[in-house]
Amino acid sequence: MRVNVRQREGVTILDLKGKITIGVGDVALRDAIHEALSAGAMKILVNLEDVSTIDSSGVGELVSSYTTVTNRGGKLRLLNLPPKVADILQITQLITVFDVYEDEDEAIRSF
Amino acid sequence: MLLDSGADATMPAEILPFQLTIGSRFENIELVQAVLSDALSAYDLDDESRHWIDLAVREAVANAIKHGNRLEADKRVEIDLELTGQELVIRVRDEGEGFDPERIMDPLAPENRLRPNGRGIFYMQKFMDEIGYDFRPGRGTELTLRKRLGTRPEGAGSSGEH
Repeated sequence: MRVNVRQREGVTILDLKGKITIGVGDVALRDAIHEALSAGAMKILVNLEDVSTIDSSGVGELVSSYTTVTNRGGKLRLLNLPPKVADILQITQLITVFDVYEDEDEAIRSF
Repeated sequence: MLLDSGADATMPAEILPFQLTIGSRFENIELVQAVLSDALSAYDLDDESRHWIDLAVREAVANAIKHGNRLEADKRVEIDLELTGQELVIRVRDEGEGFDPERIMDPLAPENRLRPNGRGIFYMQKFMDEIGYDFRPGRGTELTLRKRLGTRPEGAGSSGEH
């Protein structure tokens, strides 16, 4: 999985591309979140538009990212869930845990 | 020259059974996915079904590597696939010590909702018709995934069934 990091109006946007799966993608997500927090980010928007597959480890890492950021007083929100990613989160009743947006501008304004 | 598979796209072709043995490394999951994808490509499955079968097998192999073989790279995971009638049967064997299915947590319980782990078996149950475990003392665990094929999504076919 590739992670591209952008800054926009005080929000750190992580554009994820590829698979968030065990051993590679989940680790890349964890590293990206930790790097963002180390750099002082408190508003993090995770863009999942180009994520093709997410497995239980990837879901676990999204949950961990959410709790880590929230516990530090920050906010983590999700953008552009592909249908299969939305299904995976729905099945384990996590879709309501996350704030999910379909429009980047709206997501930025929400922080 | 382009080679024609010779198969009518509307007719399910034969799924060739396969057996695959991998070392316990996560990167080998991609190898399993490639072989699985190749085997299933012979069958006229919709994209959605294929994706969820891929994911269930991904979870099964990941569990065998992580929880069964505890990431010991020289321990093997065996995967085999066959189609019996209309049922896809995938077996995943590890060399681990097994586990107590009674101790599998419910990922939907409020106290577990934000746990980082414990969803793999739940997803497998959701995406397949049946999953079963066979604990083989001294010989590891065998997980069997079953999925009935041939049922097209509603509205996708023209079988006339109502």
